[in-house]
Amino acid sequence: MHSPAVERDTTRDLTIVQALREAIREEMRRDNDVFVMGEDIRIGGSFLFTLGLLDDFGPDRVLNTPISEAGFVGLAIGAAIQGMRPVVDFQYGDFLFTAFDQIVQQCTKLRYMSGGQVKIPLVFQMPTGASGRGAQHANNMESFFFHIPGIKIVTPATPYDAKGLFKSAIRDDNPVLFCVHKHLYGSKGRKLVESSVSRTHVPEEEYLIPLGVADVKRAGTDVTVVANSLMLHRAVNVAEALSEEGISVEVIDPRTLVPLDIDPIIESVKKTSRLVIVEESNLRGGWGAEVAALVAEHALGYLDAPVRRVAAPDVPIPFAPVLETAVIPDEARIRAAIVELLGG
Amino acid sequence: MKVRLPNVPKPADLAPYDTTLLAEIYRRMFLIRQFEQKVNELFLKGIMPGTIHLSLGQEATTVGACLALEPDDVITLTHRGHGQALAKGVTPQSLMAELFGKVTGCCMGKGGSLHVGDIAVGALPAIAIVGASSPIAAGMAFAFKRHHSGQVALNFFGEGAANKGDWHEALNLAAIWKLPVIFLCENNLYGVSTHITEVMAIDYVAERASAYGMPGETIYGNDPIPVYEAVSRAAARARRGEGPSLIECLTYRRGGHKRDDPGTYRPQEEVEAWFQTDPIPAFRQRLLEDARFDETHISAIEADVMQLLDESVEFALSSDDPPVALALEHVYA
Repeated sequence: MHSPAVERDTTRDLTIVQALREAIREEMRRDNDVFVMGEDIRIGGSFLFTLGLLDDFGPDRVLNTPISEAGFVGLAIGAAIQGMRPVVDFQYGDFLFTAFDQIVQQCTKLRYMSGGQVKIPLVFQMPTGASGRGAQHANNMESFFFHIPGIKIVTPATPYDAKGLFKSAIRDDNPVLFCVHKHLYGSKGRKLVESSVSRTHVPEEEYLIPLGVADVKRAGTDVTVVANSLMLHRAVNVAEALSEEGISVEVIDPRTLVPLDIDPIIESVKKTSRLVIVEESNLRGGWGAEVAALVAEHALGYLDAPVRRVAAPDVPIPFAPVLETAVIPDEARIRAAIVELLGG
Repeated sequence: MKVRLPNVPKPADLAPYDTTLLAEIYRRMFLIRQFEQKVNELFLKGIMPGTIHLSLGQEATTVGACLALEPDDVITLTHRGHGQALAKGVTPQSLMAELFGKVTGCCMGKGGSLHVGDIAVGALPAIAIVGASSPIAAGMAFAFKRHHSGQVALNFFGEGAANKGDWHEALNLAAIWKLPVIFLCENNLYGVSTHITEVMAIDYVAERASAYGMPGETIYGNDPIPVYEAVSRAAARARRGEGPSLIECLTYRRGGHKRDDPGTYRPQEEVEAWFQTDPIPAFRQRLLEDARFDETHISAIEADVMQLLDESVEFALSSDDPPVALALEHVYA
């Protein structure tokens, strides 16, 4: 018979978009200098992150912008320099390219080249990754900006992490790219990739997760898998399936790529002696290459096999569902890489 | 290209202005002129590192604009920013030290000629990408408006910036949100070597203001008084909550685009005509014609400036280089 005593309370099992809506409300209530701007955000934005925000905070703090990404990013930079804490909502992360100079040349450098005269607390909230929209609405922005000093990069995978990290991002005194995969928001009517961690318990009470702390999502002993964002869920699903076959996979989510918390990854590799890195970015120059290099520098002697990277090939993202599926790492590819590494 | 000759209006009446302001206008214009000439000399001697974009000839515009602002108003500067910095009150000592890459420079030697500024006096260290500063100025104005601080932002840019997307987006944003920002164009007719008539099908940058629903005016920029008056009007309008303005000041570079550019692409007729409008001797002469000033008074201002300049060079040369560890600082707050 079913025992109510062991039934988990699921009332606070949220999706990422629900968690983010709570986070932005809490921060806007806490600090009058926090405001949100972006395209069509008064009807919720493209993934409904800002749904209802206008009713709660009014038009002065929830601003619909013209389609002028360079303009409103520059405006957010100026507002941040003068003490505000803008959250810029992008309909698609890909649109950051039209504001590239403002982000790379202004936002990340004004503090440095002024000898520390200014600080720029600014969060870019954006949907990233492939989701059946073709090549121009599919980029994984994190790897483009990973090379650039002066910006932090967050790529949450779970609702619990998303909320805690988002609140930290808003309170951080630096520019932060907050990249959420389109399949992870869980906005109504949109596809949510399911795994055991896609809807996590989000406590009612306030909490923050510091930027720059990786999280072991599943402990294991045979192989270390480092994966973020959507790929984290696929890695977890693969790990759960393999555990039934007697293979113990440790899954680590870096959560933030900048700062990158490499120590737990190195410690894990010292334990498992095998490393698979899974990212949705194009293979060449992706963040996974940096993780591989760091592990080679600090733990090469512990490796029993070459590091394996599972990533998209170096092509734009194609539209046809069968092609997109072929390009983006799926559970079969992740599994194959792990099994091969273990000599299977 | 068409030759654009100066159209010098009748000089503005100095009588309404008190002598303190008039003397300060002259002092700052003279300081900028002497500073830039000294920088040029130091550069040609091979003592000064980097690259230099001199603002010789544009002193009346920068000084007229900055003196019309309050001390806590904020300007953004261009790649040709030495004059703008001095006009807003950056000290010549810290500016000269910055050009030498010294730790005592206004940006601790980490900015250089292209990024001078001191936010403490309302000069955001310069943004050297053409057009990129316009939305940032609008953003500072956004914060001023939200904070009800009564401050105004003034965005210096050259006419070349008016063909950049960032600039157009900034004007539109500032207009729709009625931000307290003044877009101030130093139209010196040339973007590096390219004449305005090659890259703009209209005669004046200020014509574009109407496309965004803000007032725009084109004024003679080699007289500080009309610039002062136009910026005063725009600042008052901004502080009343009525939004942005576009002011185009017609002026001329007395040299090339940068140190290694003699500017030979400019027609002789145009160069000669504009050089005759040199703002500094013109304003000096008008002060002398004003009963409240005499040669002794003006010479004393000039002597003070020359001494300050000598001290600035001495300060810069005797300052320390930044410690190498400073290269790794200020990346994150």
